Amino acid sequence: MLVKGIADGWWWVLTRLGLSRHRWQTLPRLTRRAVKAVVWVGLGLLLVALFGVWKTSALAIAAVVLALVVPPWGKVTVRGRPVGKAILPVAVLALAITYPFYGVVSSMPQLPIFGPVPQMSTMVGMAVFTMMALGLNFVVGYAGLLDLGYVAFYAMGSYMAGWFASAQFAKQNVNFGGIGIAPGVTGFHFSIWLVLIMAGIATAIVGVIIGLPTLRLRGDYLAIVTLGFGEIMPQVARNGDSLAGFNLTNGTGGITPIDGPGFGNWLHHHLGLPANYLTLGTNADRVFFWTALVLVLLTIFASARLRDSRLGRAWVAIREDEVAAAAMGVPLMRTKTWAYATGAFFGGVAGAYYASYNGGAFPDEFFFNISVFILCMVILGGMGNIWGVIFGACFLEYLDREGLANIGAWLNGHFGPGGSDFELWRKTLDVPLYEFGIFGAILVIVMLFRPEGLIPSSRRAAEFREGVHDEPLFDVEEHDERLYTPEPT
Amino acid sequence: MATHAQTEAPIRLRRSPVSYVMPVLATSLVALLFVWLAINFVKGPAYFVTISFIGLTNGAVYALVALGYTLVYGILELINFAHGDVFMLGGMFSATMVLSVFHLSAGASTGSLAAAIVGSLFVAMAACGVLNATIERVAYRPLRGAPRLAPLITAIGMSFILEDVAIGWKGPSYTAVPNVLPRGQVFSISGVVLTWEKLIVIIITVPVLLALIWLVQYTRQGKAMRAAAQDRDAAAMMGIDVNRTISFTFLLAGALAGAGGLVYALYFGQIRYDTGFQLGLIAFTAAVLGGIGNLPGAVLGALCIGFIQAFNEGLRWHTPGSDWTQSIVFTILILILVFRPEGLLGERTPEGA
Repeated sequence: MLVKGIADGWWWVLTRLGLSRHRWQTLPRLTRRAVKAVVWVGLGLLLVALFGVWKTSALAIAAVVLALVVPPWGKVTVRGRPVGKAILPVAVLALAITYPFYGVVSSMPQLPIFGPVPQMSTMVGMAVFTMMALGLNFVVGYAGLLDLGYVAFYAMGSYMAGWFASAQFAKQNVNFGGIGIAPGVTGFHFSIWLVLIMAGIATAIVGVIIGLPTLRLRGDYLAIVTLGFGEIMPQVARNGDSLAGFNLTNGTGGITPIDGPGFGNWLHHHLGLPANYLTLGTNADRVFFWTALVLVLLTIFASARLRDSRLGRAWVAIREDEVAAAAMGVPLMRTKTWAYATGAFFGGVAGAYYASYNGGAFPDEFFFNISVFILCMVILGGMGNIWGVIFGACFLEYLDREGLANIGAWLNGHFGPGGSDFELWRKTLDVPLYEFGIFGAILVIVMLFRPEGLIPSSRRAAEFREGVHDEPLFDVEEHDERLYTPEPT
Repeated sequence: MATHAQTEAPIRLRRSPVSYVMPVLATSLVALLFVWLAINFVKGPAYFVTISFIGLTNGAVYALVALGYTLVYGILELINFAHGDVFMLGGMFSATMVLSVFHLSAGASTGSLAAAIVGSLFVAMAACGVLNATIERVAYRPLRGAPRLAPLITAIGMSFILEDVAIGWKGPSYTAVPNVLPRGQVFSISGVVLTWEKLIVIIITVPVLLALIWLVQYTRQGKAMRAAAQDRDAAAMMGIDVNRTISFTFLLAGALAGAGGLVYALYFGQIRYDTGFQLGLIAFTAAVLGGIGNLPGAVLGALCIGFIQAFNEGLRWHTPGSDWTQSIVFTILILILVFRPEGLLGERTPEGA
């Protein structure tokens, strides 16, 4: 309602200035896109300048955005083959791969408000959470099942790494490709690469076990059951130091240290791959980051291929209309269970990798908040759209690790006690403390004003605009037409 | 129609073997629970009854919150995640009222105690009711025709926003409420002890529940609520202002949460921004256990959960202990949803089919 009001007012002003809505829509697409991009970027620059945080880097960012968004890259062809669609992803990937070389905090110019560019450890976190968000996207974005307990898969993956790549089970002594194990250390020590796969498979099995009895339930009941599992898992982890006298999870202390990844000496000598990540010193983070990027690329590949596969189309069919899908012969249970297992798989792999990076699996990482955090990434970016989810994950993880603290420092410096602009509040505002309220506000605002997310998948957007039949057939709902009518574009 | 049915061969639906195993499994689980309770009772009857009083008190608090979930679910089919946080804010309102407005301290006289409690009760109920209705107006009503996940996600978002309001107001650590309720014994018969603060909780809760029943069963507004819960379109055609009825339902649910918050703050003596979320989940489990959308069911479920929690944390023979309370409650939730989604008293709904 509010949005429509603003839009109407905006068009009223423009019509008075000689640009009616009709005339705007008859302009060529390129012109419209260029004008839109310039207006938005200009607005952003204006805001930055108004707030007195002008940094030259803002201009550079604006130039990059305009260059990427305005030209119709999608139409570029090489010998008749449409390569244009790949330009944006390849550019982003190239920027990401080379980030460790130029993204040094001290040498890069600071961003307006956000402060210094992200550190390497944050970049690793962004990559890992991208993977988790993409995993959740299988469940929420593709199959349309709300999973509020995704953190359970993350925890499962982390503990798999804890069990099979640390000294947790000291009575056993198995070394299967483990790297950098000090002599005399017992326990399971599998190669991390193997552990990643084991974690993925084990987590997928857990996903199936959770899914089989509960996927019969519809919508919100499923959400609450997954939430229940998401709450049980960490509690088992916290209390698991004496399960009938058996120390499974080492309780609140967590399992630490967990072995680092590495390729071993043979590969190191013959291919130049790092033998053991943990002995690389200051370069360790960048190797961890590149490895995480490889994992993310694999996840993206799996996401894109599965989305277009028979299974992926079945997911979308179920999401849009379960009854119709069932009538068309889509096996509901099997299809949903596959969505669950696939999502869980990537959550498990990401969890195991992150545990290896952090050197431990600690039960206080696995709260409901993290489930909502990952859900927020998927929703902010755009459910069902790979690029949207990646954006959401990177942005929110960055906010979580550094962004909010930086913004808080900036706010306090300018408006806080003794601030340089004017004093709005007397006590130092602890912005990261309000992190989850901010994420909650993001959820509400996105759902109210742009439910398809910032970078929507066109199909999902249509569902939100036109409504879907996710109701049982005999349960007719009242449709409030104010927000959910298709708008002329 | 009848003649057709006779000419066709009877259709026998194939049932998977799992569907035969499940009821047996469920029944044996419940049987085990009762055996465990019986052994505990035999080992110390007086102690068992004393622990039951704790369960009753817990159950009363859960009932106030669970009713809010069930009211809203009954009319909108929405799990109002923010409800637990409204409850938490209610607790903070009451703590502020009792301490800063009425200046109550431990050992206050009966008259001033009663006045302060009744005063705070009304303020907390009014504040939470208005808050809850506002949330509905701002966050849920615009999404009335959207896919079902949309309002659910907004509800989670609202829940986190309310938690931050509480952090901004009271800070991230526990707000302590001193023992204003008398803790003496009401009676002590051969080891069975009932203390005053538990009795007071019951004394506050029961009239609120009675008032709710009267409101829903015997007033025009209650009739409108029941009609809208049954069929919103038909209710609208009968001249019921559905939007207003829904607002009223949220107001009512919020008021109950406010009352629950007061009772919680006074009885447990400490409250924090995430209290509401944890307790909200337990209360929601209670609502599901009783049959969501069913008011007596919510009270019954809340009492069951309250007893289970008290027995788990209080009894001595083979108890998992308080570390596992949440896991137990959620396991119950999952088992109920899997075996009997309609709950103890509810009717079969399409959700559970």
